[in-house]
Amino acid sequence: MTSDIAAILGIDGIATGAVYALVAIGTVLIFTVTRVIFIPFGDIAAFTALTLAALDAKRFPGTGALVVVLACLATLIEVISLVRSGDIRLLPRALLFYLAIPLAVVGIAWLAMRIDPPLAVRLLLALMLITPIAPLLDRIVFRPIADGTVLLLLTVSVALHFALVGLGLLFFGPEGVRTEPLTSFSTEFAGVLISGQTMLIVIAALVFSGLLYLFFDFTLVGKSLRATAVNRTGSRLMGIRPARAGTIAYLLGSLMAGVSGILIAPVNTVFYDSGFLIGLKAFVGAIVGGMTSYPGAAIGAVGVGILESFASFQSSALKDVIVFSLLIPILIWRSLASLHSEEEIEE
Amino acid sequence: MTRLHVQLAAAAALACLALAPVVLSPFSITLMNYIGIYSLVAIGLALLTGVGGIVSFGQAAFVGIAAYATAWVSALNGQSPWLGLLFGVVLTCSVAAILGVVTLRLQGHFLSLSTVAWGLAIGFLFGNVDGLGRFNGISSIPPIRLGSFALVSSGQIYYLIWGIVALVLLLGYNLLDSRLGRAMRALRGGNTLVESLGINAFRIKLVTFVIAAFLASLSGWLYSHMSRFISPGPFDASMGIEYLMMTMVGGAGSLLGGVVGAAIVTLLKNSVQDYLPLIAKGASGQLEIVAFSALFILFLQWARQGIVPTIARYLPKIRRERPKPAPPLPRRPQPTPGELLLKVDGAERRFGGLVAVNNVSFEVRSGEILAVIGPNGAGKSTMFNCLTGALRVSKGDIVFAGRTITRDPQSRIAKAGVARTFQHVKLRPRMSLLENVMLGTHSRTSSGLFAGAFRLNRREEASARHEALMQLERVGLGDKPFELAGNLPLGNQRILEIARALAADPALLVLDEPAAGLRRQEKLRLAELLRSLRADHLTILIVEHDMEFVMSLVDRIVVLDFGSKLCEGAPSAIRSDERVQEAYLGGVA
Repeated sequence: MTSDIAAILGIDGIATGAVYALVAIGTVLIFTVTRVIFIPFGDIAAFTALTLAALDAKRFPGTGALVVVLACLATLIEVISLVRSGDIRLLPRALLFYLAIPLAVVGIAWLAMRIDPPLAVRLLLALMLITPIAPLLDRIVFRPIADGTVLLLLTVSVALHFALVGLGLLFFGPEGVRTEPLTSFSTEFAGVLISGQTMLIVIAALVFSGLLYLFFDFTLVGKSLRATAVNRTGSRLMGIRPARAGTIAYLLGSLMAGVSGILIAPVNTVFYDSGFLIGLKAFVGAIVGGMTSYPGAAIGAVGVGILESFASFQSSALKDVIVFSLLIPILIWRSLASLHSEEEIEE
Repeated sequence: MTRLHVQLAAAAALACLALAPVVLSPFSITLMNYIGIYSLVAIGLALLTGVGGIVSFGQAAFVGIAAYATAWVSALNGQSPWLGLLFGVVLTCSVAAILGVVTLRLQGHFLSLSTVAWGLAIGFLFGNVDGLGRFNGISSIPPIRLGSFALVSSGQIYYLIWGIVALVLLLGYNLLDSRLGRAMRALRGGNTLVESLGINAFRIKLVTFVIAAFLASLSGWLYSHMSRFISPGPFDASMGIEYLMMTMVGGAGSLLGGVVGAAIVTLLKNSVQDYLPLIAKGASGQLEIVAFSALFILFLQWARQGIVPTIARYLPKIRRERPKPAPPLPRRPQPTPGELLLKVDGAERRFGGLVAVNNVSFEVRSGEILAVIGPNGAGKSTMFNCLTGALRVSKGDIVFAGRTITRDPQSRIAKAGVARTFQHVKLRPRMSLLENVMLGTHSRTSSGLFAGAFRLNRREEASARHEALMQLERVGLGDKPFELAGNLPLGNQRILEIARALAADPALLVLDEPAAGLRRQEKLRLAELLRSLRADHLTILIVEHDMEFVMSLVDRIVVLDFGSKLCEGAPSAIRSDERVQEAYLGGVA
């Protein structure tokens, strides 16, 4: 391997890794606030790419129908639980959040499609359509078992991923998509060609992690999210609603996943089931950060990207074998590095 | 319900299984074969996940290793499938042992995540190795032969599959009811509990892990020779998750749950394939997985326990006989009263810059009750943890019965004759009082895996059971030995922990804040019990907070304050010591 090839592989790896990093940060965010290891983030990213491709092709994306179905389901569950507990006065709010807003988003997207919107608007529409999915899934799937063990939540999360893959095939079809690059700009640095898309990916990853940092350190909502992560009961006593904190975490997380989906779509062909590997590799990155640290997760995810890039140069067939085999030493290192309090498994 | 009823039910189930091929259609028999094959993996997973608390997403990889191994031996090299079985089992168990040695020390969800990792890595490998047919798989695998008789049709291999399943269930239940099985069932209580009983937790985890992999390898062998063709698909990550679903649906702690779960998941998948096209035309493939996952999520939301435990709650309890007298277990040589038993010499423990225990020395003599007391933050618990091996001292020495135990792991200290209880009671709530106390006899008994599975351990079991009952009677809990430990009030749970410690035949009993959270009557009962134990020449070390409880009970007191020893002496002397009063009540200004 010459140094040129190494440089190209390195840059390629950083770009892939930056995409994983966005998803990894979302994964850590959800895990710390809700204890759910949200495997389907990769699917959210893939769905965003598919949504954007559909918009580009002047078709109304299947995401719209998916949001409508989920919104109706979530509203139904919310209304039933409110009626059961006698909190009728909270009904209008529930209808607004779980039904009106998601439907309005779909409606706006549908109307906007009539006027053949420019790329920037299409990007915005794709993100708008994708963000309600995770919070709605949270309401339908995870809220009823919010007090369950991490393991139960993980198992449900994995099952949910499979459901989403099925829905993805149903709503988007089996064809892979590759969207047009967001920019055709490219530059040469130290003799290596760097595309504008690569730079965009890295910049987006930096900007979004920076914004997240500001959000957590300088806003009350961000602080309440951190408080929920540290101690649910304690923050509840301080007037923070864990369910609301969870919803915000899911919104933010899916926004990050959505951005990563948009960024990866011009580089890789995305299929309805591409999300699993994106999600898992992001997850590997998140584990490197111990599932609690955002910079750690980002660094870990970039590491995975570089590793994958070099591994696929050595043996493209075995690249996933290499990536996941290397997870084991990382896990051992993490497990030794983190001081665990003795935890009994609930029965 | 008695044991006989259970045996009759099992015999009836076996008869139904034996008659099934006569009654059912060939298609149903094929379905039954799949259920049987999946059951084996799910039973292993029930043992690993439900009993041992180790969640594995990677069992499908083990099934795959054995399936590919036997296909390689029989289809590609023309050898007998039985040689394939041997090769598959040895290979799978070796891989599992290596993976286990590497990963089983991981904590909590790190361990489960590592199973995702190797499950995926091994799964990807099948499709990418040239010699194994890549994604085309291996075809024309020969059928299993019994002598000259080939098991070709589904009705023929049916008996082999279900015979193995029945045998595995029988041996599995025997194992769970044995010394090793009880140790496995204790794993969920956490490492500290298991190690405090003189059990090497890592070893037990490794054994459980390899057993689960062994069952998966049997399944892989049967699969390979039943379907006669293998490709990477059935051994990928999603199948690993499906096995976990089967186990959870059936009820994770129950071996029978593995079979029930495998049956339900398989039948459900099959009927989803059948009925979905009727509801939504043309969309069957996509909706199948959606419907299946949705049903699974709903199931987990509404019945987390799983089916078998949920049903078992409504069945009449099995009536058991009180254990009969049996030859006693061997006792360890007890120290002569008054002899030096434990010597702590200049113990120091630092946590970074904080010195939690600073140059503490004291001695415990055989036959006395010594209390270590001190206000909050005095270093009592740290001292306690150093004594029992949960923590290592940074400096100094601890000598027990003439042997330095400073660097010993918990389980070895426990084996040497130091039995402990916990401040936050650590019992196995779903095991009976008798079984909880039998856990204490672990280090006094010796039967292993095969003795347990084939019931070659009856004499030792009878002795252990009788010993446990004796200890329950000694502490006053002998009237309901088959009650579940979780149903006891806290006071009695504390006392049950003491019975468990006594069953280890300890030379030194170490109690961690035994009076914490007890009501007055319960404290009085506890004090009385401890006095009666002293009358039996047992040495007791109490780490306690409650002055009143300690003063009327113990022979000598060691007072700690800010990590250092303040003073030592008889209760009356301690009570009038000004330094102690100052430490507890603040200085008299």
